[in-house]
Amino acid sequence: MARKYSQGTSGHAEHPSWLQHHFDTAEQQFAAGKMGMWLFLATEVLLFAGLFCAYTVYRSNHPEIFVYAHQFLDPNMGALNTCVLLFSSLTVAWAVRASQLGQQRLTMALLAITILCGFGFMSIKYIEYSHKWKHGLLWGTRYVPEQHVETGGHGEPPEIEVVHQDAGEVEHGIDGTAVVVHEEANLTPGQIIIPEDERTKLATAAIGPLGLAPEVSKDEVAGEHAEVAPDNVHIFFGIYFGMTGLHGIHVLAGMIMLTWLLIRTARGHFSPEYFTPIDLGALYWHLVDLIWIFLFPLLYLIS
Amino acid sequence: MNGSDSTTTADSAAGYSSAQASSDNYLTHGKGIMSWLGTLDHKRIGVMYLGCILFSFFLGGIFALLIRTELLTPGKTIVDADQYNQLFTLHGAVMIFLFLIPGIPAALGNFALPLMLGAKDVAFPRLNLMSWYLWVIGAIFAVASIVMGGADTGWTFYTPYSTSTDTAVISMVTGAFILGFSSIFTGLNFLVTIHRLRPPGMTWFKMPLFLWGIYGTAVMQVLATPVLGITLLLLIVERTLGFGIFDPALGGDPVLFQHFFWFYSHPAVYIMVLPAMAIMSEIFSVFSRKHIFGYKFIAFSSIALAILSFLVWGHHMFTSGQSALANFVFSALTFSVSIPTAIKMFNWLATMYKGNIHLDTPMIYALTFMFTFGIGGLTGLFLGALATDIHLHDTYFIVAHFHYTMFGGTVIAFLAALHYWWPKMFGKMYDEKLGRIAAGLVFIGFNTTFFTQFIMGSQGMPRRYYHYLDEFTIYHQISTAGSYLMAIAFFLMLYYLVKSLVSGKPAPANPWGGNTLEWHMTSPPPYYNFKEAPHVGDPYDFSDLEWDEKTGGYVSKSGRGAS
Amino acid sequence: MSMLTDLLASLFGMALLNGEKTFWLPEQASTAAKNVDWIFMFIYWLSTFFFVLIVGLTILFVIRYRARPGHKEQPSPSHSTLLEVTWSVIPSILLFFIFYYGYKGFMDLVVPPSNSYEIGVTAQRWSWNFTYPDGYVSENLHVPVDRPIRLVMTSEDVIHSFFVPAFRVKRDIVPGRYNVTWFEATKPGSYQIFCAEYCGTGHSDMLAQVIVHDTGEFDRWLEESSGFLDKLAPAEAGELLYKQRGCKQCHTLDGTIKIGPSFKDSYGIDHVLTDGSTVLAEENYYRQSMLDPQSQIVAGFDPVMPTYKGRLKDKEVTAIIAFIKSLSPYGAVEAETETPTESEAQPETDSATDDLD
Repeated sequence: MARKYSQGTSGHAEHPSWLQHHFDTAEQQFAAGKMGMWLFLATEVLLFAGLFCAYTVYRSNHPEIFVYAHQFLDPNMGALNTCVLLFSSLTVAWAVRASQLGQQRLTMALLAITILCGFGFMSIKYIEYSHKWKHGLLWGTRYVPEQHVETGGHGEPPEIEVVHQDAGEVEHGIDGTAVVVHEEANLTPGQIIIPEDERTKLATAAIGPLGLAPEVSKDEVAGEHAEVAPDNVHIFFGIYFGMTGLHGIHVLAGMIMLTWLLIRTARGHFSPEYFTPIDLGALYWHLVDLIWIFLFPLLYLIS
Repeated sequence: MNGSDSTTTADSAAGYSSAQASSDNYLTHGKGIMSWLGTLDHKRIGVMYLGCILFSFFLGGIFALLIRTELLTPGKTIVDADQYNQLFTLHGAVMIFLFLIPGIPAALGNFALPLMLGAKDVAFPRLNLMSWYLWVIGAIFAVASIVMGGADTGWTFYTPYSTSTDTAVISMVTGAFILGFSSIFTGLNFLVTIHRLRPPGMTWFKMPLFLWGIYGTAVMQVLATPVLGITLLLLIVERTLGFGIFDPALGGDPVLFQHFFWFYSHPAVYIMVLPAMAIMSEIFSVFSRKHIFGYKFIAFSSIALAILSFLVWGHHMFTSGQSALANFVFSALTFSVSIPTAIKMFNWLATMYKGNIHLDTPMIYALTFMFTFGIGGLTGLFLGALATDIHLHDTYFIVAHFHYTMFGGTVIAFLAALHYWWPKMFGKMYDEKLGRIAAGLVFIGFNTTFFTQFIMGSQGMPRRYYHYLDEFTIYHQISTAGSYLMAIAFFLMLYYLVKSLVSGKPAPANPWGGNTLEWHMTSPPPYYNFKEAPHVGDPYDFSDLEWDEKTGGYVSKSGRGAS
Repeated sequence: MSMLTDLLASLFGMALLNGEKTFWLPEQASTAAKNVDWIFMFIYWLSTFFFVLIVGLTILFVIRYRARPGHKEQPSPSHSTLLEVTWSVIPSILLFFIFYYGYKGFMDLVVPPSNSYEIGVTAQRWSWNFTYPDGYVSENLHVPVDRPIRLVMTSEDVIHSFFVPAFRVKRDIVPGRYNVTWFEATKPGSYQIFCAEYCGTGHSDMLAQVIVHDTGEFDRWLEESSGFLDKLAPAEAGELLYKQRGCKQCHTLDGTIKIGPSFKDSYGIDHVLTDGSTVLAEENYYRQSMLDPQSQIVAGFDPVMPTYKGRLKDKEVTAIIAFIKSLSPYGAVEAETETPTESEAQPETDSATDDLD
């Protein structure tokens, strides 16, 4: 950290081109940049923290949803993506070192590999997303799982069949709730009925911790592979798409930033004296990796 | 950090760039609109913020007047129920997101922080300019909701109402989202600036208390606002894509939204109030000609408030059905927040003791602050106590309480700071007499408007009501009369401030006798702030300053500082 | 507790003892009110003390130490740990008391006694339905005096809040969940219910009354009201339902347009829907509009009506349709045996309930 202002008016002239006028020394500029980036990373973590909170709340209140729905995710794909990102972390860290040593060509190569890894990650994500899309395994109102859903095969989910049922007969309870009487005749075992009118399915009344919906008793979490889909499976997919989608946007942003760094490296903007942007860019990329390291077990490896 | 005082007296005597002719200051340094829109100078960015923020305040004030006019009669007066709902939504959103949150830090803080710190600029000037552009874009989105049909959710955007109403919620929410990032980047910039750009001799405990306040504010801006970001993002996908996280019809939990929202918005209250308190610490000291009392206690109480503000969000949900345990904890923590506030109030009081109190306009506002923020803080006790909060929650008592803290605290402090730094920012003096008259009118108008609201609130008048029962008519009419008085005061203020820009007397370098660094440079300050490292002394030691009749300002006896 | 309460009440607010409306607080009409009010007045006087202290000293200092010729600031210490500790610790102790009694009072407010009489509350934009144990539903809340009442509340659409100032009771009503509150009224009479959580256009019109009956009268009222479907002609029963079940918040009887189409002259004509198609308004149309309101939205209106499926019995649906028919010339011809009803509110049916009070 700078202790002293450069003396006299000539101080300004001594500034190298990459040193901004309001900093006195390269160390001061570097320290400021580094601290700024760390703070920014803190805000990024907090941005994701909201989603992690939502995840925690819903998982502790409705573990059965998570146990059931995670079977539709392919852990192999997730693991592959984890490897891709870990490898890219290595290359970007190496790029910082290379840039620090003034190895311009090596820096460029490593940055390019990192960007390619980003592409790889996004491609795998695309395959996963399109698979979910095809089978209607989406969020909220878009959650319309089609009949005979087959996943990539690894999770071996039970075959389920969903029948969209019209209102059915409604018996009027005095307590103000409607009871949908199912037309059992048309159904075979394994079929799930999604009643048309979600409104009547009020959650059980209770005052849970922090006033959230009550905890489901543990025996409702039926083993490893729930045979019947619990209510509101779409919540899991909402959280899945929310978290991985936001993460994907960050990967994209990271790739754009790395491309910009690649171009600047090619133009020879960096030197062993000044490689701050590469250092900071790598920090950001590591954070994006780190978040994925948390997302992968939380979403794919639920037991 | 920079512990020892390495600067010599010889350094300090020559250590100011302020001997420059006042013709070369930051206002005259570049010409043309582009020299402003593309500027990286923190002072110019501060002034641009100030212009935008004052306009927002004007806009929010117009909405407020329309609301008060509508409430003159129990039934329809000028607008219908839907328009009324849009009006109070706009009033709340504009005042909070566009005016109060950026008001003191981004506008006045941007201008004053590097000067008071002795830095040449903030750490990231480009990011600073980007914050301003983000503010403008966010503001456009927020205000564009008017032409897109207006949002009617209230500024709190509670689900499931906000996800089911068919008004322009997305535009408003997107605006708030973008404004959040503007706020984050401002906070981030200030944190790094205070940590990394302090000149030699500027140790933590030599920093003016304004910087401590801004520092605490910046911590909250950086740590709380991202949570608002993700919350609003979830609200947007909830509306556009039907995510269902907050939708009870899809098994989601609407109260979770309230938790998320208040996790940001309670710290946001302190984002608004901490800088206000920070300004008070400067003004009470300068206008009493006394060293601030209990410097360290005030400084640490700012940090304590910044930390505690993260732990009390649940007190907005005492009636929502959250568990008794949660209510217990949040109520207890809420009371703990009032201690640092009380410490500050008593310290300001002690600062005035045996002083030489100058009743200039900024000080009139500071005294108003004592009165109004005192009421605002004390009425908070009714709301922190669980039993009474149940009765008062969501009534006009709440409305009155937060106006006494937000207006009686933040706006009054903003006005104090505006009048305090106006001569420094623009190099012109305003009409002191009109300034005092306006301050008096604001005081009377404000209390007339909002004190009545305490009474009708505790009598049971719920907030956000378009129609009301006849028994509340008289309170509403008194309240409306007060709001008109305030409007007159603000137009008077507009008049004399504009007049000062056009034909004001040139301001001396140090009209009030402050000893923080900005008063040791010319008014307006030079473009480069400091060519040399400034001499850093005790910011609240006024013994070196004496009144100079000739310039109409204070000068240094030892020959230090500007002409 | 009650002796202490009375003592404190008399200390902190003389008028509160008899429960009348005071400058600050509304009339006390529940067991909780007295308890809440002494805490309110305790904080009030404590705040007043500190306010007078701070502002008084401020004014004193401004007068004594104002800048004037010949006056100069005098040296005094700029810090004193003793003072700081004093003005931190004393408020802390006071705050602890406020917190403690606030929490205690709150627990009394939220934990219903086990012998409470239970009434269901359904809030919807912008009306209230109160369901009694025998299944009868009313638009105003009727309760017996001196008996704890437990309200089990839920919402059909957005968040509302049940607020009775005279009882010092407030509780949010969240869709998808039951929230509970309770009170025990101490005086027969009629008290205002507000919706305290913003819920849209009609938020400020979402009002109702709590009608507190003498003990014996409540049972008689409930018994007589409950049989209205059997006692009244269908159209009259329909009108009662129209008022009680929230129809009237959005559908007028005089042809003016509110949130939904007016019921006047609605039956028997073609309605244009938002999708451009037309539908003839006859019995099945109304039935479907009640059970699945989103399926047929009349052009020019928003799809805001909640479903009544499960909340109206078949007989009630029939009665409401009969009432709508009675408002239309087409319907009146068909149902000539019924007296055509005027568009203005019917005092007869109003008093049918109110006389039983």
